[in-house]
Amino acid sequence: MATPLNGHSCAEIVGRAQGLFDDLSFGAARQWKAASPERKVIGYMPIYVPREIIHAAGFLPLGIVGGGDQLEVIHGDAYYQSYICRIPRSTVELGVSGRLDFVDGMLFPSICDVIRNLSGMWKMMFPKVYVRYFDVPQNYRDDIGGNYYINELAELRHDLEELRGSPITDDELSRSIALYNENRRLVRDLYALRIRAPWQAPAAEVYLVLRAGLVLPVEEHSTMIREYLAAAAQEERPQRDNCRVVLTGVFCEQPPLNLIKSLELAGCYVVDDDLLLVTRWLTADVPTDGDPLRNLALAFLHQSESTAAKYEPDLKEKGQHLVRAVRRSAAEGVIFACPSFCDPALLERPMLQHVLKEADIPYIAFKYAENSGQMQPIREQAGTFSDSIKLWSGR
Amino acid sequence: MTTITTPKPAPAKEVDKDASMLKQKEMMAAHYDRLTSAPETGEKVASTFVPGNLNELIMCFDLLNNLPEVNAIQNGLRRQSGAYVLEAEKIGHSEDVCTYVKSDIGMMAKGNLAPNGKKFPNPDVLLLSYTGCFTFMKWFELLREQYQCETIMLHTPYMGDGKITKNMIEYMVKQLKDDVIPKLERISGKKFDIDRLREYLKKSAVAEDDLVRVLQSAKNKPSPIDAYFGGIYYIGPIFGAFRGTDDAIEYYKFLRGEVEDRLASGKGPVTPDGDMGKEKYRLVVEGPPNYTNFRQFWKMFYDEGAVVVASSYTKVGGVYDFGFRHDPGNPLETLAEYCLGVYTNRSLPMRIDMLSNYVKDYDADGLLINSIKSCNSFSAGQLLIMREVEKRTGKPGAFVESDLVDPRYFSAANIKNRRESYFQMIEQKRAGGRAAA
Repeated sequence: MATPLNGHSCAEIVGRAQGLFDDLSFGAARQWKAASPERKVIGYMPIYVPREIIHAAGFLPLGIVGGGDQLEVIHGDAYYQSYICRIPRSTVELGVSGRLDFVDGMLFPSICDVIRNLSGMWKMMFPKVYVRYFDVPQNYRDDIGGNYYINELAELRHDLEELRGSPITDDELSRSIALYNENRRLVRDLYALRIRAPWQAPAAEVYLVLRAGLVLPVEEHSTMIREYLAAAAQEERPQRDNCRVVLTGVFCEQPPLNLIKSLELAGCYVVDDDLLLVTRWLTADVPTDGDPLRNLALAFLHQSESTAAKYEPDLKEKGQHLVRAVRRSAAEGVIFACPSFCDPALLERPMLQHVLKEADIPYIAFKYAENSGQMQPIREQAGTFSDSIKLWSGR
Repeated sequence: MTTITTPKPAPAKEVDKDASMLKQKEMMAAHYDRLTSAPETGEKVASTFVPGNLNELIMCFDLLNNLPEVNAIQNGLRRQSGAYVLEAEKIGHSEDVCTYVKSDIGMMAKGNLAPNGKKFPNPDVLLLSYTGCFTFMKWFELLREQYQCETIMLHTPYMGDGKITKNMIEYMVKQLKDDVIPKLERISGKKFDIDRLREYLKKSAVAEDDLVRVLQSAKNKPSPIDAYFGGIYYIGPIFGAFRGTDDAIEYYKFLRGEVEDRLASGKGPVTPDGDMGKEKYRLVVEGPPNYTNFRQFWKMFYDEGAVVVASSYTKVGGVYDFGFRHDPGNPLETLAEYCLGVYTNRSLPMRIDMLSNYVKDYDADGLLINSIKSCNSFSAGQLLIMREVEKRTGKPGAFVESDLVDPRYFSAANIKNRRESYFQMIEQKRAGGRAAA
């Protein structure tokens, strides 16, 4: 195992990320908060919140993406019918079991009706916690959706100022924007490395490193990615005869880590995905001069990812982000992995599949839940997909 | 060779209907005829949704309003939706998603026939004015793919904090002024006339007044109406293509008169089997009904003397009983406020307040939730709603499950079992109350 001269080895970095992933009591975030009495932690759910504003307040943005396959859901199931996806029930479980008792606020972004309604449930269940449903515009004109969004951001800023007890200055916001710009650049580098040499940066490792960014302060997370990039480049790992796929539909409820590992074991290098989109939602640097809220708003309107929760005004553009992802990453196919009962992902899927068909890109589809345990069927399906690409794509 | 013959079913019993129901039936039939004749008459068609329905604005451009949810309901009531849902699943739509959407897509795949047996016209515009449900957005993206027609989005922010802010209203008015109206002008070829809009809004408010009087008549004992099963008929015209029309004014005036007559003579609601017997239980119902077995579902309640005195479903196309009326003085702002205020756009705490108040104000025995598999907007959080309403009112709640238009999810035996247990709970509660007194 190679160790970079100036840092940790790949195994050490991934080991740390795995530790953060496994810790369902969010020990790192608790520790961060305990270091100073004025520190506060603001939780947020998928898919996007402007973490810069939370950071500028001196708070820690904490990504909450459900309980995964290691959390036993006891109370959470009492809140939901069988036909509701799993992420809200495990999130409720995290809440009622006291695992989030150090969290001072929760943001519920505009993604679907279930997360939206969870915002109201959270208000009822945890009345002492600051709770906000974070709405974003579905109109992308600067003078319409832009102005609305600037005002929404201003309200969020105002609320956080109240929690902090003092104003958040423009300079603080711009400094935070710069730090998140840097973090997003590093995330893009990480994805670029995986496109270049997916055997050097396995999907499960990339995921764990990315996921660490949900619980670590951004500065620390940037260091982690930087170290991983250096360490991964020096690893000597065999290149397998895998096909290259884009994994899509996984933007909210997380697939089990074993599912991601299974895809690669079955012969599919994941070269792009829509996991943890918050880490790269804004696709270009946000300007650090001028009005910071306006800068964040314009970046959201014009330089942000496409996903099912977002309206696509242009029919011709519908689904093209996926075709572009395939071309950009030199992928040979797409795997649709959608959480059971996920309205946005499952309603979107037929439209995306039509676009892929037009573009002559092969795909497969299956469903999962964050606690799916049986990987054999998925492995078989992915393995057959990989074989069919290798046999029939003429490569 | 053995021939198996299916015995002919007994002739269906004639369903009792109020004159208002017959009147509505005529209105709906005329509307469907007008819609299906559009290719010949040259009228242009706007498809849009019930929550966030901008009928007054649509009429300003001489567009005909077509509502896919209402079509799905019609297909459910006519027992056609099951086949349509299966058809949509066959062509790749997930079994997990909304059956309104799948009924609509399946109907298109099977000829797109309206209830009058004629083909629906392709819409000239999809007016994606949706509120309170994310699925609507995907639904029209799916339809846009099929029809390849222009789609206009009106985004209604969610009332997450239980209030309508200035920013929300300004955002919506700006969308209407600078985006929605110019596009509708272009598509229809008609210039927007704000005074015409004011006239329609004035008419809406008149009908809304009468609708509220009808719904609030259920505060009386016995209630002269059923505000859920019967209420679905009452909301038809105003939630559909008639809000803002003289037809709606006339219908609601007529309906109000009819209900007042029932009230004066001490009658309970009309059911498909005639006047309901003695009122034994008064319920508030949360959630949409099942449409594939609608009559059977209703019968389970009226057979036991249970009447629904208030429901949330009759508020999905507009909440009028707390004073909101379309205001001709502020035509665009009032449309925004209407969209923002519909039931499913209200936060969960607001919904809990509303349902708890209904239980108290209508002197109900408790809250019954019909939880719909298709509809996360309604369903996610309903178990918490039930517990909270029980806590606040001291009245028992009950939970049954079904679906909107997918017959596979209607289990009469399960619903009956729960209904029986629920009525026993109510009786026990009453006995406890009497003993305490």
